[in-house]
Amino acid sequence: MKLEVLPWLILFLPLLAAGVITLFTLKNRVVSARLSIGAVVAGFVLSVLFIKLNGFHPEPKELLANWLSVGDLRVGFGLRLDPLSLLMLLVVTGVASAIHIYSHGYMEDDRGYPRYFAGLSLFTFSMLGIVLSTNFIQLFIFWELVGLSSYLLIGFWFEKPSAADAAKKAFLTNRLGDFGFMLGILVVWATLGSLDFAVLQDKLAADPQALGAMATAAGLLIFCGAVGKSAQFPLHVWLPDAMEGPTPVSALIHAATMVAAGVYMLCRVFFLLNAPALHVIAVIGGVTALLAAVIAIQQNDIKRILAYSTLSQLGYMVMAVGVAGAGGNPAPAMFHLATHACFKALLFLGAGSVILGLHHEQDIWKMGGLRTKMPVTYWTFLVATLALCGVPPFSGFYSKDAIIAAAQNDGPVLFGLGVVVAALTTFYMFRLVLVAFHGPAKSDAARHAHESPGVMAWPLRILAVPSLFAGFWGVEKLVGSMYVTEEAGHAVAWYQEIFAPFVQAPAAAFGGLAAVLIGFFLAYALYARATTDPLPEKLGALATAMRNRFYLDEFYEATVIRFQDMIAAIADWWDRWIIAGVVVKGTHGTTELFGRALRLVQTGNLQTYAFLFVLGVAVVLYFALGK
Amino acid sequence: MTPVGLEHYLVVSALLFALGLFGVITRRNLLIIYMSLELMLNAANLALVAFSRFNGNLDGQIMVFFIITVAAAEVAVGLALIVALYRKRQTAHVEDLTSLKL
Repeated sequence: MKLEVLPWLILFLPLLAAGVITLFTLKNRVVSARLSIGAVVAGFVLSVLFIKLNGFHPEPKELLANWLSVGDLRVGFGLRLDPLSLLMLLVVTGVASAIHIYSHGYMEDDRGYPRYFAGLSLFTFSMLGIVLSTNFIQLFIFWELVGLSSYLLIGFWFEKPSAADAAKKAFLTNRLGDFGFMLGILVVWATLGSLDFAVLQDKLAADPQALGAMATAAGLLIFCGAVGKSAQFPLHVWLPDAMEGPTPVSALIHAATMVAAGVYMLCRVFFLLNAPALHVIAVIGGVTALLAAVIAIQQNDIKRILAYSTLSQLGYMVMAVGVAGAGGNPAPAMFHLATHACFKALLFLGAGSVILGLHHEQDIWKMGGLRTKMPVTYWTFLVATLALCGVPPFSGFYSKDAIIAAAQNDGPVLFGLGVVVAALTTFYMFRLVLVAFHGPAKSDAARHAHESPGVMAWPLRILAVPSLFAGFWGVEKLVGSMYVTEEAGHAVAWYQEIFAPFVQAPAAAFGGLAAVLIGFFLAYALYARATTDPLPEKLGALATAMRNRFYLDEFYEATVIRFQDMIAAIADWWDRWIIAGVVVKGTHGTTELFGRALRLVQTGNLQTYAFLFVLGVAVVLYFALGK
Repeated sequence: MTPVGLEHYLVVSALLFALGLFGVITRRNLLIIYMSLELMLNAANLALVAFSRFNGNLDGQIMVFFIITVAAAEVAVGLALIVALYRKRQTAHVEDLTSLKL
């Protein structure tokens, strides 16, 4: 392998940037921004260089240093380089580069600017750490680091109570999932005696039953981690609230880092998951996809619509992992993750551009007519929307089609669900586009909107390229080569690639296409000229439920949080009355009481003392001699 | 008439000790208490001399010399303390001297 040092550089440059900014340049805006942007762009360039030199299949060698060894437990710190991690390396550094540069413009006026870039760099470092991990412990440490950096960035505007609450909610919800994840890791270690991915894979390849009765439990516990990080039902509630952070942070969370981690982790440990666990994973993914898509239809905040669309797409990815089946090929999940990273980052950055252009207006019903005022934002946003909806030949069509085709092999329920969600996706995305960019301007802010400066517009243009073309870059085959040995591939021309889905799995491709058309026409009919939302009248109570996110937050409030408060109240009572009251005050009170009583004996009269002394001697003598 | 034996000495010594103790506990004047203390010391001296005489060695009598010497020194210090105390407080009665009490 050539230039082995490159992956280490890629990993640690962002950490270095974060450290230097925090320690030395917090007062210097320009240097901080340059350090942070430089680190991640250099990471991207070096990733490309490394892959250029070594290809996607470097010799299977892990760059390893022993980090911790306790008894039988040996934890290495290494870098795992295979198609899966190298692909993620490109996606993370690439998308993060665009977001960093964009932030340079978006956060211009914020006084926490250097702190923001330090957080961004730390976030990138943590995600790269997850991607390159060679074992569960290393993965888990970076996993928690991602949670920490998301906390710092979601709560970036911590003076706002809603932002501080959202940060706490994200962190705690993630912790809940991570607890399961940790249990899963412990189960794996207890049964297989190793935490290294390569060793585990060999062991399971040698003996598929090695996990024994714990196989399903281990798989599901590990999946808990992904449920938290990738915001799957029922732990999805943190993601929409995470919109309280700055918009580029949302882009980073939704595209390159954080939520991608869960799906990536599932693909990384795919060999551990058995059929029953995968079935549960598929169902959870499907439920999340549907639920989030339905909720998205009735949201009015531009960022919230995108947040629920992320949830829905993550549901797709998790479902793709699930329907791959034991020993199958989860490559469609990674394929969709990669394309989704590009167009979802683009969507969020576009939304950020709109929000800035309208002076922090996020309600789509106060936008409108932005198509002519913000042409770059509009066209790039449209590209990303078409990709998200899955219109050929945009990248999203190919990745989504791969998932729907995989679901078709699994059974009619998930296949139908995939198609319905595709229709819903198109519906809510075109609702957003038609209301925000077309039609008349619905507020003063929208009438006076202006296009964003070049530092924000260029990342949009750059991200539009992979959003359009990433479908043809062979991502799926690349990742797939890790899981299945490919039959001798016949070379296909690029124009054949475009139509390949229609040839290979016509039902999925045409089903997806029909769903897109239905969704589009419905959205067009309802929203092309609307100034208010016509749906609440038509759907009544259902629309209210959708707008209120099916009262899931309220449900958690009434059950989980109420329960927690009750336990907290009991603990408080116990502490206040039993610990502090009876035990502490009791001890001190008794001592003091005895002290006061014994003080009466101290008369200060010599003769009393002498008398008692003699009495004492007499008693001692009586016992010593008298018996 | 029976000869005077060790028991007789010890009984006298015990009586002297008890008398001294009684004085220490009941008398109010510091000087009297002090004299009673000396009485108790001498009771011990008497017992030691008697033991020495009846056991046929001189250890007890040597001990008594030491006790008398230390007692003399003690009396000097004690009387000085009592005089100093009297000058300061204008009293030598123990009921009035309770500053040991908290």
